[in-house]
Amino acid sequence: MMVQLEWYLILAAALFCVGLYGVLVRRNAVAILMGIELMLNAVNINLLAFWRFTEPAAATGQAFAAFVYAVAAAEVAVGLALIVAIYRNRQTVDMDQINLLKW
Amino acid sequence: MGTFDTSQLLAILPQILLVVLALIVLAADLGTPRGKKRSLGIVTAVGLLIVLIVTLAWPETTEPVFGGALRVDGVGKAFQAIFLLSGLLVALISMDFRPLRQDGAYYAMLLFSVLGMSLMAAAEDLVMLYVAIEIAGISAYVLVGYMREDALSAEAGVKYLLFGAFSSTVMVYGLSLLYGIAGGTGYGRVAAVLLQTPFQLAMVAFLLVLVGFGFKVAMVPMHFWGPDTYQGAPTPITAFISVASKAAGFAVLARALHFLFPALNNDWPALLVAISMVTITLGNLLAVPQRNIKRMLAYSSIAQAGYVLIGITAGGVAGITAVIFYLLVYAVTNIGAFSIVSMVASHIDSDDIQDYAALSRRSPALALAMMVALLSLAGVPPSGGFVGKLFLFAAGIKAGLVPLVVVAVLNVIVALYYYLNVVKVMYTVRSEHEEDAIAVPAPSRLVLVLSVTGVLLLGILAAPCYNVMSNWVTGWFS
Repeated sequence: MMVQLEWYLILAAALFCVGLYGVLVRRNAVAILMGIELMLNAVNINLLAFWRFTEPAAATGQAFAAFVYAVAAAEVAVGLALIVAIYRNRQTVDMDQINLLKW
Repeated sequence: MGTFDTSQLLAILPQILLVVLALIVLAADLGTPRGKKRSLGIVTAVGLLIVLIVTLAWPETTEPVFGGALRVDGVGKAFQAIFLLSGLLVALISMDFRPLRQDGAYYAMLLFSVLGMSLMAAAEDLVMLYVAIEIAGISAYVLVGYMREDALSAEAGVKYLLFGAFSSTVMVYGLSLLYGIAGGTGYGRVAAVLLQTPFQLAMVAFLLVLVGFGFKVAMVPMHFWGPDTYQGAPTPITAFISVASKAAGFAVLARALHFLFPALNNDWPALLVAISMVTITLGNLLAVPQRNIKRMLAYSSIAQAGYVLIGITAGGVAGITAVIFYLLVYAVTNIGAFSIVSMVASHIDSDDIQDYAALSRRSPALALAMMVALLSLAGVPPSGGFVGKLFLFAAGIKAGLVPLVVVAVLNVIVALYYYLNVVKVMYTVRSEHEEDAIAVPAPSRLVLVLSVTGVLLLGILAAPCYNVMSNWVTGWFS
């Protein structure tokens, strides 16, 4: 039995929502970053499912997914570096306590 | 398989030169002794000037290159010139910003960010668009958090990164849906398929993509990061993000609305009118009570983005030309204002508006330049800001957006209050430090002169500039 495109899209949408929930609810900066990664994985499932079902002959979807991976890696590298920098300053990564900037 | 035509490389010659320049700066960093690294700013600025000349001199192509990934047309070129000019001015003021550790990586990151933006201006493919936005974005995250020992800069960097990564991820989810709908990633193909797609599906994809663009231009409701990031970032980078990054957001927004979403032509204007009204009003009202000048300019720049949205919504040759003209004026003006903020902060280590007291007695030239910049932001004749707003409002009225223009004009009056408040503090309030003149190093002096003359010239010689830009824009509509 062949798994249909819809199921992949539902999986991706569910994963996207789980990541979104994490970003909105978690206060730990590292956990927020992990939420964003889940959302990016949902994007990749979408891309690969669409590629497989709509134009398996062309490699566009695969290439797109590869770029998303590369960008995600760069984003996490910069993100963790900034979080380490702020941890050295403030001894916390809790976004509720990282609040020097407000009016 | 198509054969590769080397003439395609010539179409992106300015971008190739930018990469080479960034590598030169990184290599020069190795051979420059500590303490002399400030001179790398000169290398960056001169390099950017050369790239700017090449960009303007290069013939524009209407044909897409690299399999449709890029189209360096007149509009793309105009935006690229704005980014390069902003990068040049920012490199110069960075040299004099004392809290910043001078090194090659900083200037290289600035160059990479400009590179990403100039690709954004020409991107006509979903993959290219995403990669360009991320090149510009990730370099900017690094720059905002560059003073990593400074708690404010690190905090601004983390907040900017989390908001930026989040909104670009929402955007790429929308892009993945567009790819799925069309089975391809070129703007032309996606646009054609969208015309036959159910309205709801196209609208969902549009809204997801708009989140990413909205973050870049800091429009409501994606503006929360703005004030915090602007206040904490190194001041030259605040100038860069408020000008170049915003302009890049408008470049992709204008191109996407014109070439990617013609299927929604009857639907998005109403949405953007509402967003524009709220953005202008909220930005101006929240700027009024601010006591930190960087934070005040942050809210002011949110409002300015709202004005530019009028031109985007109006569309047509008049609308897009007004957007480009206004963004050029805004770049010259805002970088001028931030260069003064940067010099004052280097000297007295404060960004509070009350510490600008008696600036007219401490450094008359700085106070005068600040006044010119603020009056141009407010839109007082004969400055470029006045003419720019006039073009935007005229385009809006021509497109029938009368209520929006009325709201915008009322807001100009509110804005006048908080801009003039700074002028009042500079000119009428006395201070005990009046003898202590603020140092103006040579690179910053150059930026100030360029900024003030630019603001005035764009105001006085508006018509010829407008005609040149309008010629670049007509390619989209013929």
